Amino acid sequence: MGTFAFLVLAALLIGSALAVVLHPNPVKSAMALVATLFLLAIVFVLLGAHMIAVLQIIVYTGAIMVLFLFVIMLLNLGDEEVPTEWPRVVLRGLAGMAGALMALQLVRLVAGAPLGRMVDAPEGYGGALMVARSLFTDYVLPFELTGLLLLVAVIGPVVLAQRRGR
Amino acid sequence: MKDLVLSLIAEGGALAGVPFSLAAPLVMVAFGALVVFGFVLPIAGITSWLERRVWARIQSRIGPNRVGPQGFLQWLADGLKNLLKEDIIPSAADKWLFSLAPYLVVVGFIATFAAVPFTSSLIIADLNIGILYITAVTGIVVVGVLMAGWSSNNKWSLLGGIRSAAQIVSYEIPAGLSVFPIVLLTGTLSMQGIIRAQGWAPWDWFFFYNPFTFAAFFVFFVAALAEGNRTPFDIPEAESELVAGFCTEYSGMRYLLFFLEEWGNLYVIGAIVTTLFLGGWQVPAFTDNPMLLAVAQFGTFFLKAYFFVFVAMWVRATLPRVRVDQLMTVCWKYMVPIAIVNMLGTAAWMLFVPETLGRLVQFGMTGLGAVVVVVFFRRVRFHLRRANLKPSDYYYSPII
Repeated sequence: MGTFAFLVLAALLIGSALAVVLHPNPVKSAMALVATLFLLAIVFVLLGAHMIAVLQIIVYTGAIMVLFLFVIMLLNLGDEEVPTEWPRVVLRGLAGMAGALMALQLVRLVAGAPLGRMVDAPEGYGGALMVARSLFTDYVLPFELTGLLLLVAVIGPVVLAQRRGR
Repeated sequence: MKDLVLSLIAEGGALAGVPFSLAAPLVMVAFGALVVFGFVLPIAGITSWLERRVWARIQSRIGPNRVGPQGFLQWLADGLKNLLKEDIIPSAADKWLFSLAPYLVVVGFIATFAAVPFTSSLIIADLNIGILYITAVTGIVVVGVLMAGWSSNNKWSLLGGIRSAAQIVSYEIPAGLSVFPIVLLTGTLSMQGIIRAQGWAPWDWFFFYNPFTFAAFFVFFVAALAEGNRTPFDIPEAESELVAGFCTEYSGMRYLLFFLEEWGNLYVIGAIVTTLFLGGWQVPAFTDNPMLLAVAQFGTFFLKAYFFVFVAMWVRATLPRVRVDQLMTVCWKYMVPIAIVNMLGTAAWMLFVPETLGRLVQFGMTGLGAVVVVVFFRRVRFHLRRANLKPSDYYYSPII
């Protein structure tokens, strides 16, 4: 039952992820990204990580992707009309390198996984308490630094917009 | 829910002999279907009829009163009419996304009912992250609205969709921040857990717990109205500027689905507010009969939740629409700072205020609330009596 659900989900996930990259229309590409992130949240539910799943939907589907769509719709772009300042070859090279890096990490992760040696999840796994505890003990520095980064990202555009307006 | 399943698969139950792992999802799906078709859809429909009647009363009109007693069956007639109407998809629209959008909106709204408690045992799934889950699935609605606005290929629709996105994303923040004081107090995100932390008496509700939760209630209710695209925050579908906003190009049943969401969502707002601030289904333990107790709990929860549907109708009938810049000012310059103060204030309250003082504050605030209610109804009585006077009665009396 669980395996079957996962296989269906994985197929849909890969399909929508491919649509993000391959669809010529930016709005539909972004819509496919919404679907991808939503399906990923369901994968988290299958893994028992309910808190992560809900946060995934709130942050990505509900907030970030809505802003993405907002901007793309406001610009009202047609097919293949994404404006770039860089030549295509450079962009494709950079994207290829990033993809290769990710693939390498994935291979390393799968190779090191304890396949066939399943461990039971600890009590309260995936709940709010567990996530909060690791976030505020082991990962408190990265967590706070990410917050600072986001704050800078919010202030930056305000400063830039004011300078340009003057 | 677990107790219910266990009692069903026990000896002599309806599902005797079925293993728990199979019976639990079965009961959940059956109950979910019952909730959607027996509760959510009728509630949304009846709310549409009641809203039109309440509006009419406030504006000295009659409203729909032809179908059934007092026009009560108007919503069924409207539903049937819209089902039979032609389903028009504009030729310039993006057919696939255009047809998908209303369903996404309705799915996002119906999915919230999975975590809405009805009684102490009746809830489809008492998730340990219940209130966050509701916030999350409501976020799907805005994707549907944006999709509807863009795929219609119409400037009014697009503007409506974009306004809606800006509004919902902004107002999610004060709404979310207003939930945190309650989560701090209870230490749980589960809907049943939050209700269990309160009592049946008003002074045990979080509404009167301290001044900060009192303020958080109002911030949450206003933000929830804005998230639901209700007047005075209905600029995404402002009919005087944008025809009908993101649903301009829709017709028939697809058009109705957007309004199903809007009216049904009112009940969801009421249910969340009741759960967080007003003690949910808590009733005094007046009987040992579990059936009777469940009925009383269901009635209590329903009345509290539906009262706020009623308040939303009054608000819509009395207040004018706000402008876009006012909308953003209210959210970012007033509601977000107030919500943050509420959160910090509640945290400080838990640390520094001794329990006896806290109890006194609870009783004091409940008393003040009672005084406000009494003054309100005296005012209502005054106006009703004044409205029934003949001109000759107050001709020589300048006081009234």
